[in-house]
Amino acid sequence: MDGNMEHFTQTKSSARADAASAPIKVDCQNIDVYYGDKQAIEDISLEIEDRSVTAFIGPSGCGKSTFLRCINRMNDTIESAKVTGKIFMDGANINDPSIDPVLLRSRVGMVFQKPNPFPKSIYDNIAYGPRIHGLASGKAEMDEVVENSLRKAGLWEEVKDRLPAPGTGLSGGQQQRLCIARAIAVSPEVILMDEPCSALDPIATAKIEELIDELRERYCIVIVTHSMQQAARVSQKTAFFHLGKLIEYGDTERIFTNPEHGRTQDYITGRFG
Amino acid sequence: MSSPTEGPANTGSFVTEEALRRLKKRHGAEARFKLYGQLAIGIAIVALVTLLISIFGQASSAFSRHVLSYDLNIEASYVDPDGTRDPDEIARNVSGFNLMLQDQLADEFLPEDADRNVQRELYGMFTRLAVLPIARATADSPETIGSEQIFNVALADDIDLFLKGGVSARKSIEIGEVAAGEGAIESGVTLTLASQDATEKLGATLTELTRTDVDNAPAVALIKAGNTWYRLEGSEDRNLSLTYLAGPRMLPSNGAATEALVLAQSQENRTVTDRQIAWTEILRAQGRIKSKINTTLFTNSDSTYPELAGTAAAIVGSLLTMLVTALLAIPVGIFAAVYLEEFAPKNKLTSLIEVNINNLAAVPSIVFGLLGAAVFINFMGLPRSVPLVGGLVLGLLVLPTVIIASRAALTAVPPSIRTAALGVGASKTQSVFHHVLPLAAPGIMTGAIIGMARALGETAPLLLIGMVAFVAEVPDGPMDESTVLPVLIYKWSTGAERAWEPQTAAAIIVLLVFLVLMNLIAIILRRRFERRW
Repeated sequence: MDGNMEHFTQTKSSARADAASAPIKVDCQNIDVYYGDKQAIEDISLEIEDRSVTAFIGPSGCGKSTFLRCINRMNDTIESAKVTGKIFMDGANINDPSIDPVLLRSRVGMVFQKPNPFPKSIYDNIAYGPRIHGLASGKAEMDEVVENSLRKAGLWEEVKDRLPAPGTGLSGGQQQRLCIARAIAVSPEVILMDEPCSALDPIATAKIEELIDELRERYCIVIVTHSMQQAARVSQKTAFFHLGKLIEYGDTERIFTNPEHGRTQDYITGRFG
Repeated sequence: MSSPTEGPANTGSFVTEEALRRLKKRHGAEARFKLYGQLAIGIAIVALVTLLISIFGQASSAFSRHVLSYDLNIEASYVDPDGTRDPDEIARNVSGFNLMLQDQLADEFLPEDADRNVQRELYGMFTRLAVLPIARATADSPETIGSEQIFNVALADDIDLFLKGGVSARKSIEIGEVAAGEGAIESGVTLTLASQDATEKLGATLTELTRTDVDNAPAVALIKAGNTWYRLEGSEDRNLSLTYLAGPRMLPSNGAATEALVLAQSQENRTVTDRQIAWTEILRAQGRIKSKINTTLFTNSDSTYPELAGTAAAIVGSLLTMLVTALLAIPVGIFAAVYLEEFAPKNKLTSLIEVNINNLAAVPSIVFGLLGAAVFINFMGLPRSVPLVGGLVLGLLVLPTVIIASRAALTAVPPSIRTAALGVGASKTQSVFHHVLPLAAPGIMTGAIIGMARALGETAPLLLIGMVAFVAEVPDGPMDESTVLPVLIYKWSTGAERAWEPQTAAAIIVLLVFLVLMNLIAIILRRRFERRW
């Protein structure tokens, strides 16, 4: 795992030099999603860059969350959902039946809209993932994983004295950072965030955004957001979804200053949504 | 000209007459519903309290029992006629012990030439099996044979009931001293009372206790003069004509104190005869009758004699049955619920299964008894009347309850917990067993305990698989013939003798104690689990 990380660090530094040639982490090709008879996503193809933040924006019900959930195959847990198309991650099609979604999800972490810590201690919340994946042997190693994860999520200083306290006793913003730490703990390569700040106040939101910006240096982050300002603040790439279709995808700066499509223009200027 | 009254009618005040009227109506409705609720709770509490009071009131007499402390001479000729001193032989020789007790009682209380009927009355004060503990004790220490031993001999249930104030309404009065006693013990005694007042008091008490609802049923009086008991046959002025019943065979001596025990029912109408009452009173006056805590209720098994019947076999039977029920219903129920709730595809087959489980919970329990008799006994050839079959039947009976309660508890776990677990790469099974199931555990346990409590109180299905059999011994295991508490209660409640009534109430209390204990355990376990999570 460590060697792997090193390899990624190298590719990253070269990618930083030239943003245009940043390596592609996730390559989605012709994705369709059906909920029963209803088609939620229509033929979306999208390339997501490594070590950057990609924001999905669009009005409610446009399919951005559904598309996000394709990337770690969370849609598999919804019985009526059917996903077609190919998603390549580091060259392997994750939609291939031979790929185990459980293993995939240890590489693609997810943070949900509502903070959902386990009703366990703060320590156990972080340790659960590494424990089931066997990422730490022994108590000392696990302590280190927990500390590192909490540090990366910017929560260590706030909770280091009360690790055995229940995770549900933290404030909303802290809970969400705990969830991010929990996702980080299993050393994922991609972190999916489904409206991570929608249940938080502006101060907690600012902290999370700051955190996302820091995490960008190590992970490929995809964030679904309803807040255009947030997308503009944290992301390098932005994809605009509407009625299950990808309308426009490009550098965030360009999308917000000079959108190609009229509907994108209408949405970001607040004419609908 | 503009005036402040112009403008919309309700400006400045929303307290119009119409609004006040509506408000009053609303308050009225609120008060009414509050009252209905309080009324409902009141009715429930009154019903519960009445039930408990009546059960405890009836059972109170069953928790104590009267015994006669008797100096018994263990004679070898009765208990060990062959002289083997073999404990088994001695323990089995119940009739020998019985005969010994009877002969010694006859020696003390009866003349040589006593009538057979009178003998039977005396022997009837004890049950045949009252000597069982004596036989066992003697078998355990054969060296006591030939010596005198003090034993507590259980009195017959009717005598016990009489001592507890039952059998007949009665009143005991003092009627002064004897002025003169004439006649003969054998043919009839005439006793003259010293005071006229006492005679009138006796007459008044007799009239008072005579029941008005039954014709030709005058009250009777037993007269005690000195230590001898007589029955009052008639009276004329201060002269009472009496018949000898029990005690020293002598005429009332002048100046002896007299007492009258007036009974509302004559001996034809009660289960205890005049003579038995007289003996009982004599023994009581001698201080030889003791009231003891009725441990037989918990140590003995079922018996045809209420004074010897106990719940031990039924308690053990119930425990064994519950064990089998729990082993079947709880794991199967929880796993069925987990599968249906977490893993099963939502299709027509699963919804059909769901509907059927819900319907099964409403199937009358006796139907499960028929099923048990047909499948477990006839088809699988398991023995009748055993806790294994009873437990299996009850397990099937409570299975739907456990499944429904467990599913409800699983549904109540927020889906965010499941997605959180899946999100960090837990498999479906891991998310269920590490997160969902522990969170649902308190609810599942409540359901399981409710189901077990239902099983504990179930009678009908067990009747059909033969658990109503008379079981005189504590079962050794789940394959041993046995009965359970509710069936025992049912059987005892149908007993003809009056003494079964308190016995039944006592058994009900034992069952209730069990239920309360189960609920207590459930609450404690639930608290534990909730604290951990």
